[in-house]
Amino acid sequence: MLTSAPRIVTSRLDHEDSYTLERYLATGGYKALHKALRMKPEAVAAEVNRANLLGRGGAGFPAGRKWSMLRAAETTYLVVNGDESEPATFKDHLLIERDPHQIIEGAAIAAYAVGARLAFIFCRGEFALGLERLTAACNEAYEHGALGGRIFGSTFSLDIVVHPGAGAYICGEETALLESLEGKRGFPRIKPPNFPAAIGLYGEPTVVNNVETISALPWIIQNGGDAFAALGAGTSTGTRLFALSGRVARPGWYELEMSKTTFRDLIFDPALGGGIADGGELKAFIPGGVSAPWLGPDSLEIGLDQEAVGRAGSMLGSGSVVVLDQTSCAVRAAWRITRFFWRESCGQCTPCREGGHWLEKILRRIEEGDGRFSDLDLLMDVCDNLAPGVSWPPEQTTICVLGSSIPSSVASALRMFREEFATHIRTEECPFAGAPHEMAGGR
Amino acid sequence: MSAVRNRAGDAVVHLTIDGTAVEATPGELLIDAAERAGVFLPRFCYHPRLDPVGMCRMCLVEVSGPRGFTLQPACMLSVAEGLEVRTASDKARKAQQGVLEFLLINHPLDCPVCDKGGECPLQDQAFSHGPGESRFTEEKRHWAKPIEIGPRVLLDRERCIQCGRCTRFAAEVAGEAMIDLAFRSDGIEVAPFPGKPFDSYFSGNTIQICPVGALTSPAYRFKSRPWDLEQVETTCTTCAVGCRVVAQSSAGRLVRYLGVDSDPVNQSWLCDKGRYGFEAVHSAHRLTTPTVEKGEVHQPVTWHEALDAAAAALRDARERGGPDAVGILGGARLSNEDAYAWAKLAKSVLGTDSVDAQLDDGLPAAAVLGLPHATIDQAAAASVVVTLTGDLREELPVLFLRLRRAALDGVRIVECSTAATALTPYAAHRLAYLPGEIARLAGALVGATRAHPTGVDDEALAAARTLMHSLDGGGEGLVVVVGRPSLAESGETVAEAAHAIWRAYPNARFLPALRRANVHGALDMGLAPGLLPGRVTLEAGRDALSAAWGELPAKPGRDGRAILQATVDNEISTLILLGCDPLGDCPDRELARAAIEQARFVIFVGTHHTGASALSQVVLPVAGDGERGGTTTNCEGRVSRLAAKVLPPGIAWPAWTVAGELAKRFGASLGFEGVDQISSEIARLAPAYRGVDTALLGHPEHRDGVVVPLAAVPVDIGGRRPRPIDPIATPGILSVEDQGSPLELGAAQPAGAAGDVAPGWPPATAVPLVTFSPPDGAAPADEPAAGAYRLVVRRTLYERGTLVAESPSLAQLVPEPAVFVHPAALKELRVAPGSTVTVRSARDSLQLPIALDDSLPAGVALLVANLVPSEGRGASALVDASRPATDVWLEKV
Repeated sequence: MLTSAPRIVTSRLDHEDSYTLERYLATGGYKALHKALRMKPEAVAAEVNRANLLGRGGAGFPAGRKWSMLRAAETTYLVVNGDESEPATFKDHLLIERDPHQIIEGAAIAAYAVGARLAFIFCRGEFALGLERLTAACNEAYEHGALGGRIFGSTFSLDIVVHPGAGAYICGEETALLESLEGKRGFPRIKPPNFPAAIGLYGEPTVVNNVETISALPWIIQNGGDAFAALGAGTSTGTRLFALSGRVARPGWYELEMSKTTFRDLIFDPALGGGIADGGELKAFIPGGVSAPWLGPDSLEIGLDQEAVGRAGSMLGSGSVVVLDQTSCAVRAAWRITRFFWRESCGQCTPCREGGHWLEKILRRIEEGDGRFSDLDLLMDVCDNLAPGVSWPPEQTTICVLGSSIPSSVASALRMFREEFATHIRTEECPFAGAPHEMAGGR
Repeated sequence: MSAVRNRAGDAVVHLTIDGTAVEATPGELLIDAAERAGVFLPRFCYHPRLDPVGMCRMCLVEVSGPRGFTLQPACMLSVAEGLEVRTASDKARKAQQGVLEFLLINHPLDCPVCDKGGECPLQDQAFSHGPGESRFTEEKRHWAKPIEIGPRVLLDRERCIQCGRCTRFAAEVAGEAMIDLAFRSDGIEVAPFPGKPFDSYFSGNTIQICPVGALTSPAYRFKSRPWDLEQVETTCTTCAVGCRVVAQSSAGRLVRYLGVDSDPVNQSWLCDKGRYGFEAVHSAHRLTTPTVEKGEVHQPVTWHEALDAAAAALRDARERGGPDAVGILGGARLSNEDAYAWAKLAKSVLGTDSVDAQLDDGLPAAAVLGLPHATIDQAAAASVVVTLTGDLREELPVLFLRLRRAALDGVRIVECSTAATALTPYAAHRLAYLPGEIARLAGALVGATRAHPTGVDDEALAAARTLMHSLDGGGEGLVVVVGRPSLAESGETVAEAAHAIWRAYPNARFLPALRRANVHGALDMGLAPGLLPGRVTLEAGRDALSAAWGELPAKPGRDGRAILQATVDNEISTLILLGCDPLGDCPDRELARAAIEQARFVIFVGTHHTGASALSQVVLPVAGDGERGGTTTNCEGRVSRLAAKVLPPGIAWPAWTVAGELAKRFGASLGFEGVDQISSEIARLAPAYRGVDTALLGHPEHRDGVVVPLAAVPVDIGGRRPRPIDPIATPGILSVEDQGSPLELGAAQPAGAAGDVAPGWPPATAVPLVTFSPPDGAAPADEPAAGAYRLVVRRTLYERGTLVAESPSLAQLVPEPAVFVHPAALKELRVAPGSTVTVRSARDSLQLPIALDDSLPAGVALLVANLVPSEGRGASALVDASRPATDVWLEKV
């Protein structure tokens, strides 16, 4: 059901000029920063802790806890991760293009709380408009005194560098992002020891927060952590921005109160997803980005709650929900997702570099009618060599989680729709060929 | 965390590996701790001389942690107290097999035509840790291959397993990230930067450590298979670093050199000159048979006839002018045993002390031998290193690698050099000085003189002096690397500079950085005027040695430059050239040319046809690298074994045999019939080499050689045992079936041989070793003449010497000559870079293209030595070696 929760990160988005400083100030912008600067940094952090703001990038680690884990050092950096590059994920894109000042204000609040004097916004390079607006907003913010030396007359100074990414999905992984920021190849770093809070950008302790996480900070400071925590339930507090796509009638973005809204609401509520496209039936949905295991119609009653989705064997992840209907080919979906991960593997670790492409080749073969029944066990075993046990949360044989993310869709498709694979193999063709949309099958 | 200590008091951590309790050193990597405990973990990206990266995932093992047992790469995990490790559990095995299967899916499996086949870590570990068969039935990745990524490196991208060893070597060890990984996913490939070939002096190491056949060398590609190879472990005699190598041959020809991980010396690395220089051994220009000049031409003759001719000439010279009428030059490329035999022939049979292994291209012998020596390890662990040398990367490349690493690890380097060197970026301070001023600079550096050396930056000097003041009064922890910064600056002034530092810091140690392979050994063996074998002077050693050697020359003879001058002056009539070519080797070409022309008779003893052999009356061919046994002594004074792998060409003899046969023609006997006998005699009679015999060096613990003189404790190897050869780190050595000597030789010694050596030593005699005090009044350089540039003559790695010119892999690498100046000089001359100018000295003039080097002080012109064949005129044509420095004038053409 739709709750009465306020829109926290998308409050301004109904305005055409939401990205301008003028509109931002007219809608209460930078008041939170003024307020934060009158507070002690520890008090700001305490407010965020009270809000129990879970990271919105995918891993869902509490932002306040992340800040508290910083190694004490002379220099601390804040990095805002805006490298959103996964298929079906478009929430940060929206916030970057439509409310860049909110990100800047949030970054300033976070930097103040953790004692950073320099922050970087690492923005996906393909967001041309986003980069333009983010850069323009930064310039406006400097002009307005919200960035630079002695912000709003306080003793706090902050510079922000907007850094466009160079087109690699892996740079959304925080340690690869830091390598890339340092001008190196985007290879994820090995953790331990390279946890950014200890050994981050240029070896200094670094906070890396997602754009949406950062965007929630002004509201939390303005309204208090308790007000945020009052929304949602359990550990899943506040609202989240969901990106709904696939075979639904009304794909798009929806900011919803966590926990109290269910997947059924999101997909079927007439004000939200509006049901399956073309009056079809729900076959399965991906609850949290393409690295998450799939769920079936029997999971619709699960709330948009990090723990609940975890219990169901998947994750809320990046908040991207992809819907498959009865005309969508599971093999094709798994293949398309695997192809994405294969192409975006950084190539550092053997299992991901080689295994991703191997899985892609087998899946493509099956989808194109050249499958073998032995492929089904082979697929699962290759998955097992990427993520031993193929369970959730996955075990890793690689440095970062990209490798262990590949098996999610492959194993989900195989476990939920094994018969569909069999049909492909037996009939030597995709049974969904010819359906008039992207998610149907065929050569 | 308080460290747990074992009974010896060392901090230890306890862990269990596959149920067995293991002790390890804190901080040790699990992969190493497991290996010491006898559990080998498969690996590809891990290399003990590179930083671990955990990329290949081959060493995944199950490790206990807060979340239970998880898979972790053993190469990235430091051991911790209580750690439980499962290396062979079902899960660990499956992960390892999975990684191996992944590695092979795109690998072409073309082992039958791959150079690496039979010595390949991928092949071996596919057998030991792989799943046995592949389930991959798709099309493999295809790429054009091989592609030349540099002049000496071919890349087969299909075979590459993306372990990054090569790229990490280039960045971490060589400090030249000329190759990197490009692209991503399974399209990732090793690549040089666009338009910039991978042309590093150290490029061959990437081929050596490649765990598959992805990187191959044009020199070895398709030349042999591991099962056709034979090998010996020996010492590289390309330069005086003395890197340990294995020399591998097939069908009687040397085909490959690989670096051995000798911890105190080369730590498994080689320069490309050392790696490929063996090709000169099989050059078509080798001397294969003795020749004698008859009329205008050299005719092949029997050894008998050639030796008779040589002996007749020597006898004639002695009869006309006494023993001093014979001069012997060269020998710095001989083995110690060869050098000893020739020194014995010269000083005890021919009666001449005018013998010099150096041709004025090094330092005074007394300075080289008489300053307290440092080892490379001591330099690498020093607090301050002062360099008085040329560019070490050009002259002693692997020493450069060691010092570069040392600087990164915190050693502070004060570089005294006229032009920037490869070490400059790693130096704490660089003091650029005007050639001729080095002694004054050293005096100023240690605060011995107020006089300010010309050309030196005040601030840099003050900062360097502050650093020197941080040393304790005696200079403990100070190592001075002393070589020959410029061939146009006399060795005497450099020796004086070193001495100035020693006077101020009596506990300082000195690492001589002369370049020629066995120059240190040759001087140690007495191939220098006024010296006898074992670092003693003629006077000091006369009584002790004459019992064995017989009568010795009454007074010290002439050094290299004086021998040449005396030949010009008709005081020396007959020259013996021991493998040297004065026209190319002497920094003063005019002096060398005049001497050779003036000499009545020249006897050439060497390996290759050279300009000098063509001008000689008798040419005697001898064995070269890879063809002779014995020992060699590196810049540290480390004596290590040489081993023969192939036969000398034609009827060439070992050089010591030639000396012995000549001695017979004077009714004398040198008293030995084999190399080992000479070694024993050296160990008995040469004070600094006392005890260093075949048995000592043959012991496995002394594979890295021993530094002479042996200290009170027989051999201090610092508790360090030579590393076992690691077939994954350096593939291609253990895979050879015939391990040859001396690897075998060591094993054949009775157990405990090293300990048994000490009692067998002859008693120490009272012969003091030589100490250095510079002769008084070495003239300091004058101010440069008006309008003149001070000349610097530098060395480069690929100079046109015999070794480079006769090695096909290297010959094309010799750079074109040019004169380098500071950009200001171009303005002055009003010429554009690249245009030709005349470089004129009092001696001669050359026309050369002009090039820029903004690290040079204004008023300095830099040339590189030996870039033209010795018949032609190069930098040395300009130099007057009798002066401390040479001035040149530049003119627009």
